[in-house]
Amino acid sequence: MTDVQEAPQPETLHGSPVSYSRGQKVVHPSRADYVKVLKKLLDDGFAMCSDLTAVDYLTHPGRELPSGVDAERFEVVLNLTSIATRDRIRVRVQVPESDATIASVFELWPGTEAMEREVFDMYGVSFDGHPDLTRILMPEDWDGHPLRKDYSVGRIPVQFKGANS
Amino acid sequence: MTAVENVRQTNEGAQEMRSRSEIGARELLREVGAVLRMSEAEAAKLGQIPVDPDEDQTMIINMGPQHPSTHGVLRLMLELQGETVLRCKPIIGYLHTGMEKTGEELTFLQGGTNVTRMDYLSPLNNELVFSMAVEKLLGIENDIPERAVWMRMLLSELNRMSSHLLFLATNGMDIGAVSMMLYGWREREEVLRFFQKVTGLRMNHNFIRPGGLAADLPAGWRDDVLSILEMLPPRLAEYDILMTDQPIWRERLQGVGVITADEALALGTSGPILRSTGVAWDLRRDQPYLRYDQVEFDVIVGTYGDAFDRYAIRLNEIRESIRIVYQILDRMPLGDYRIQNKKVTPPPRARIDESMEALIHHFKIFTEGFKVPEGEVYVGIESPRGEIGCYIVSDGGPKPYRIHMRAPSFVNIQALPHMMRGGLVADAVAVISSVDPVLGEVDR
Repeated sequence: MTDVQEAPQPETLHGSPVSYSRGQKVVHPSRADYVKVLKKLLDDGFAMCSDLTAVDYLTHPGRELPSGVDAERFEVVLNLTSIATRDRIRVRVQVPESDATIASVFELWPGTEAMEREVFDMYGVSFDGHPDLTRILMPEDWDGHPLRKDYSVGRIPVQFKGANS
Repeated sequence: MTAVENVRQTNEGAQEMRSRSEIGARELLREVGAVLRMSEAEAAKLGQIPVDPDEDQTMIINMGPQHPSTHGVLRLMLELQGETVLRCKPIIGYLHTGMEKTGEELTFLQGGTNVTRMDYLSPLNNELVFSMAVEKLLGIENDIPERAVWMRMLLSELNRMSSHLLFLATNGMDIGAVSMMLYGWREREEVLRFFQKVTGLRMNHNFIRPGGLAADLPAGWRDDVLSILEMLPPRLAEYDILMTDQPIWRERLQGVGVITADEALALGTSGPILRSTGVAWDLRRDQPYLRYDQVEFDVIVGTYGDAFDRYAIRLNEIRESIRIVYQILDRMPLGDYRIQNKKVTPPPRARIDESMEALIHHFKIFTEGFKVPEGEVYVGIESPRGEIGCYIVSDGGPKPYRIHMRAPSFVNIQALPHMMRGGLVADAVAVISSVDPVLGEVDR
């Protein structure tokens, strides 16, 4: 009997590292593999994209990620549901601030059209291949992306008409 | 990224629907069905309408945002050829108040007051999903006392009833059955009266909180619930006479706003819209939360995926909720209504008078809030409108680092263009109504 143990192989799914958060399975594909992995997940039976959103990790950079995944400022998060196996899986992709673009998954789940527009609106992450990438919740001439962490709360100047200044 | 670049990015384009001469083929294709992975030829066959009518034969009109049947401030741009709807684009955001941004500024204890205002017709379900997500982050989701769990189920089911009753009321009014509006509102009021007795408020309760509930059920609650359960079935039978069996009602709804199962899944819809296509998907049964695996109920599904199926599903879901509530009444255990965990729960009121530590503890929880361990979690439950999900990222502090609500109406509303295509403009009202959007939740 030896003390030498084989290092446990990190779990992967379709070539991307897998982690567990509170018992929920999370896949971390790279930006290059993003669409490829999602295509495979769709073929695996995750027919429904329940949710697509993003997180701005500007003020919380030291989060836990599986080895091989470099933390970036933005993270696009998808929650997929399989009707057949009654299963859920989460996909988290790192998107750097310097080049805040990622491929659109509109071709895989047309229902993500509005969700990607919302992420673009709120975070300024652009989706390549999205058919109609415009603001969805904010007015179309709005400046800035409100859910970014460097966009402070209550920044709109309020002017009271008729008040002496 | 520099500030200038950031600003530049914001002028990506207009939100409004543009005329055919201004848009590329790809965008047009999206409007007419490329969304559903169809070829152009297949898409053109839908509804047998001309593929590319001349510009002078069509017009683009606005419906809303100030239109009585858009349930708030939904604006639809419709391209019409005569009475036929060729294209439709929902334009939303008129009720956007930045609730997800606000949520990052409120503690986990205050968060309930924020999320409860999103889907203001099913506030208790919003609170429930938020509380469940926070409890999962805290790792206490299995320690919630039995009575609290069953109370949550009771409130959630009663809320489903009140929400569906309001749907019946507005659906009736949109189609022209104005008396139904009064009846639906009247019955819903009975349920809200019970909520008022329990929580102190008719809406926006902030009653379900991380760790349990705000208070126990008041004395005499069982009789109040029973009187609702006895009042409803004969009233539902009246609705059947008034609407379900009525030829005009059927003419107005049957075959209107049809969507198939594949399309509904691809578009991510959930709740009664998905079930109307025959997909038996109900999170209460398929991913049971609370104690839904211990009660008996049927998942109501439709066949044709039209507006009538969606109406009938909601009507019958009220009956299923009644069935569930009877079982809850039988099984409601005694015990605590919230977890006794010093990290999450404030001390009982009586302790504050006698113990300095309890007073400090109470003060700390309500000023600082409790800290939630680092991590991220997604919880989805079945609200009356479909899957409502809550995605929370915590950085270990007393406020969520990011809180995102997956709002069922926001996703369901994206199915409107597909349901309306090729239909009559008069049916547009029936289609919007059958989706039952709550704009507070669409825009958040």
